[in-house]
Amino acid sequence: MTTVQTTTADRVASVTSFLRTFTSRYASVLPTLAAVGVLLLLLMGAQSRFGNFVSPGNMSALLLDNAYLMILAVGMTFVIVTAGIDLSVGSVMAFTGILGASMLSTGVPVYIAVPIMLGGGATIGLLLGVLVQYFNVQPFIATLAGLFLARGLAYVVSLSSIRVEEPSLLWLQATRFRLGDWYITPTGIIAIVVVATGALVMHFTRFGRTVYAIGGSEQSARLMGLNVARTKVMVYVISGFCGRLAGLVLTAYSGAGYPRNGIGTELDVIAVVVIGGTLLTGGRGYVLGSMVGVFVFGTIKSVISFMGAEQSWTHIIVGALLLVFIVVQRAIVARSDRPR
Amino acid sequence: MTKILKHRLFWPAAALVSLLAVNIIANQSFARITMRDGQLYGALIDILRQSAPLMLVALGMTLVIATRGIDLSVGAIMAVSGAVALTIIDSSPSPGSLGTVAVAVVVALLVSLVLGAWNGFLVSVLGIQPIIATLVLMLAGRGVALLITGGAITTVNSAPLKFIASGYLFILPFAFFISVAAIATVGLLERRTALGVLTEAVGINPEASRLAGVRARGIKWSAYVASGLLAGIAGVIYASNISAADANAAGFLIELYAILAVVLGGTSLMGGKFSIAGTVIGVLTVQTLGSTILFFGVPSAQSPVVFAAVVILVVLLQSDLVHRTAKRVWSQVRAEFTSSNQQDTEVAS
Repeated sequence: MTTVQTTTADRVASVTSFLRTFTSRYASVLPTLAAVGVLLLLLMGAQSRFGNFVSPGNMSALLLDNAYLMILAVGMTFVIVTAGIDLSVGSVMAFTGILGASMLSTGVPVYIAVPIMLGGGATIGLLLGVLVQYFNVQPFIATLAGLFLARGLAYVVSLSSIRVEEPSLLWLQATRFRLGDWYITPTGIIAIVVVATGALVMHFTRFGRTVYAIGGSEQSARLMGLNVARTKVMVYVISGFCGRLAGLVLTAYSGAGYPRNGIGTELDVIAVVVIGGTLLTGGRGYVLGSMVGVFVFGTIKSVISFMGAEQSWTHIIVGALLLVFIVVQRAIVARSDRPR
Repeated sequence: MTKILKHRLFWPAAALVSLLAVNIIANQSFARITMRDGQLYGALIDILRQSAPLMLVALGMTLVIATRGIDLSVGAIMAVSGAVALTIIDSSPSPGSLGTVAVAVVVALLVSLVLGAWNGFLVSVLGIQPIIATLVLMLAGRGVALLITGGAITTVNSAPLKFIASGYLFILPFAFFISVAAIATVGLLERRTALGVLTEAVGINPEASRLAGVRARGIKWSAYVASGLLAGIAGVIYASNISAADANAAGFLIELYAILAVVLGGTSLMGGKFSIAGTVIGVLTVQTLGSTILFFGVPSAQSPVVFAAVVILVVLLQSDLVHRTAKRVWSQVRAEFTSSNQQDTEVAS
């Protein structure tokens, strides 16, 4: 009898010690795991409430509706891991969309229009990166200028919405590759490719490791002889490119360019990245985590539309969730910073 | 002369004066101020009147930035404050009475105060980064404002409310007096008491000031409370100006313009030294720039391009790299000048 009791006690002890080791060893994964937990809870809750929520069609739509957000989140993850921030992504996305739509409507062939759409964002990103790195401008202010610049330029191109009738661009959205009831559009494939590329670059290249090193401590990274300057400029270029790609995807998704698109999207993206477990102080974060964050955001949005409630609840709930996650992050950082 | 040039308000003031000069040269009627029914009218008076919300928000932002923080939620607080005030007035039996409006404004300001205190709590007690802590409210605040107004734009017809933004006291707009009162209050509190010095201490080195016995937590917290309250007043003025609570448009992007005004006024975003007078000049510059852009026939939607150019110009002028380059070029020019002078004198002798 006593032996049984001791084994139970032992087991409890071993479980708690396992948990302790796990949490201290994988502290940086915990927020992402928490996001996965929240996502599963949301899906299960919605499924039990509505009965038909976790259906292939609905889940496929989740990827389709949030493809642009996912692409933006990948770029933002790179920037935030270096302890920077990019406020310009929403405006860059709108500018790309309206620029592309206006070029196509004036008869510019699509094989010229699309490269211009993608190339210009990298240029804005380059400008911001140079401001941050070589002129020591705070990322917040430099990208704020980028926000104003791209938004204003979007209105310079056109003050009203322009329809896109280019078949090859609409093809990105209209085509459905089906597998049973599941389907995926070319835009969804683009989003997944971007996530996969981002994750691979972050974890398996010298560039990715430098990004993490800069976020951990820029000074140390420099002393180690890593190329801090080039990497910091590069992350803004990447984020700008992602903004452009998202603009292309959004244009295909909505079938039009509109200069008011993406107002406030930069904040959604930051929220999504933080919920996905990336630390705003830099140095920790995962591209795949940001993808989970996007799914959490998208699920909240579609749950609210299932319930027929006001869409303004989305931002209230996302705000609350953001708060919970930053408090959790704060606790984790405080724990791991404590001298052992 | 060098004393004037070295004064830290010289460049901000020079920018404002040259902007005004451009306006007056381009458009003679810009400087004209007419007197009608004992009230002053004119483009300059309009700038004073319309700048009131931005002035209030920027004053609060100055205090927050001085403590090394930033408050992104001011626009959302404006939206909430306007929504609260107008919903109370709308649901009351007598929307035109002074009492109703007074109650509505007081409740709206109390709500803004609480929201500011919430930001301050997150930053000073929980120690969350200011950008993110205020981002929470920035995201959620507009949603809350939309819920309060039921997703619609609440419009009211109330003379006392209308007076706040468009009324005249003596010969000047009432809104101008509100901003003057706010400037005076903040200025007196910060510069005639030790509060300003303590705020700068917290901004320059929070840890050192804490060790020196400054209550950093309380000072930071009060900065966010002040910012929330001032944003609340700005929200009431905005709502009064259009006699409506528009949860989406109220205070839209105002946080960015306020930050721009503070930076134009010479306060560093790194915290520490701040200048109330600088912020006042910065706000007037931003407001004048806005009306200049409109005056030159640029659609207001496109004005961000100009503001972006201004931001980039200002940050470049402040950066070390440009300073160093300018100094080197200047010393070279001076060296060449003196050497050619010497040659001249040698030739002469």
